[in-house]
Amino acid sequence: MANAPTVMGYVRPDGRVGIRNHVLVMSTVICSSVVTRRIAEQVNGAVAIENPFGCGQLEPDLQVTKRTLVGMAKNPNVGAVLVVGLGCEQIQADEVADEIAKTGKPVERIVIQDVNGGTPAAIERGVTLLRRMAEETLAQRPTEVDASSLVMGVECGGSDATSGLASNPVVGYVSDKLIDLGGTVILSETPEMIGAEEILAKRAVSKEVADRIYEIVGKWVRLAASYNVDLVGTQPAPGNIAGGISTIEEKSLGAIIKGGSRTIQGVLDYAEEVKGKGLFIMDTPGYDIMSVVGMVAGGATLVIFTTGRGTPTGNPIAPVIKVTANPYTYNKMKENIDFDASTVVRGVETVEQAGERLFNLMLEVARGRQTKAELLGFREFVIHKIIPSF
Amino acid sequence: MQTAQSLPDVRDATLLNPSDNVAIALRDLKAGDAVKLSIGSSTVVIRLLNDIPFGHKFAVRDIPMCGLVVKYGHVIGRAKRDIKAGEHVHVHNVESLTSVHSACKG
Repeated sequence: MANAPTVMGYVRPDGRVGIRNHVLVMSTVICSSVVTRRIAEQVNGAVAIENPFGCGQLEPDLQVTKRTLVGMAKNPNVGAVLVVGLGCEQIQADEVADEIAKTGKPVERIVIQDVNGGTPAAIERGVTLLRRMAEETLAQRPTEVDASSLVMGVECGGSDATSGLASNPVVGYVSDKLIDLGGTVILSETPEMIGAEEILAKRAVSKEVADRIYEIVGKWVRLAASYNVDLVGTQPAPGNIAGGISTIEEKSLGAIIKGGSRTIQGVLDYAEEVKGKGLFIMDTPGYDIMSVVGMVAGGATLVIFTTGRGTPTGNPIAPVIKVTANPYTYNKMKENIDFDASTVVRGVETVEQAGERLFNLMLEVARGRQTKAELLGFREFVIHKIIPSF
Repeated sequence: MQTAQSLPDVRDATLLNPSDNVAIALRDLKAGDAVKLSIGSSTVVIRLLNDIPFGHKFAVRDIPMCGLVVKYGHVIGRAKRDIKAGEHVHVHNVESLTSVHSACKG
């Protein structure tokens, strides 16, 4: 394609392309999370992911946690990984590290119970291992790569009426444009498809994909009904309601616009690796951080996140570009929000004009420009749970 | 795709789709305000019965109890009681079709 836009990427040994080069320390279980955090604190440029689970999990739930951890580490935004285990947990450090190593990126592991000297010795050893990996990894420089290598997750949180009116249509424009250039987009938050499933199913590439869309949406409706509770108050949440959203259907119809209008190529499980180009749906909760983590574990290298009420959240390894179309929110929270789409609500810019501006900002971020969530160190992490812990 | 320039009367309120029976306030509106709205090719004036905060909805025509509430050209819920044109439409008088505690059948 002539004049196809390029970004600055890190091409990993497995061929996947990242736009960040993080050195990651990750705990396999909550019992090794403090050691993980302290190792990361002592190595400049390192990020920590603390797994709140990892033990006391039934198999299907365990698989979700494992897939999420491995997916975060395999994400091409990560250049090297140190896995920190306790030793007696269900999710074993060796198993996780061996799986990550299949990408060809450097991986080290430590197990607290195997170290003579307890946590002080484990931290010391971890710092040494991590410092060595960081030295090599952080010396890498990105190269010019095609924008089609981008995998973009789209998210909305703290929505209000302006989300469906303007910010989600603006992000939808960017989604369509990236897909038309050969890129990949992930739309998630299945509960926020309730009432909009027919629109999505009509855009499915096949009957199988359409059936899957109805199936995942129906699953969430039945789950809420099984507790004999209405969604209102949860979906929409109190802030959504204050912002003018009355029902889940209204929220959904506004929310799905951020995925644009292209054909839906497939439906992914939570944190499942996205393979292929175009638009994909991932089955995640609407709970923002769980949703963003699921998409990043599935391979998203950047996220565009619309908000009406305003939110500071980010991700440990993927840049999160914050967008609002609420002029009051933008003025109050511009320290946290990267892009003002209120121009569309105020009628001074069209969706297409604001979409072009946002697309260019997205490219800049993919060339290394730091988002406000990155600059302020917002790195929230939580994993979707499907069965209570045992 | 809907664009700002194609939105009718961006100053006060907007109707996203001609089939919608609710409009969205684009600034804080007051009870008694006469809001001009384009619906398709015609223009109507709606006298507001309540204050409508920025982003909130008001009915552009009467909606009977259990009648469908339409925004974006799609059903967003049903009326929990009779709603008059100009009335604030929100959680007090509209519910999701997924509601398990509905007074309406179906």
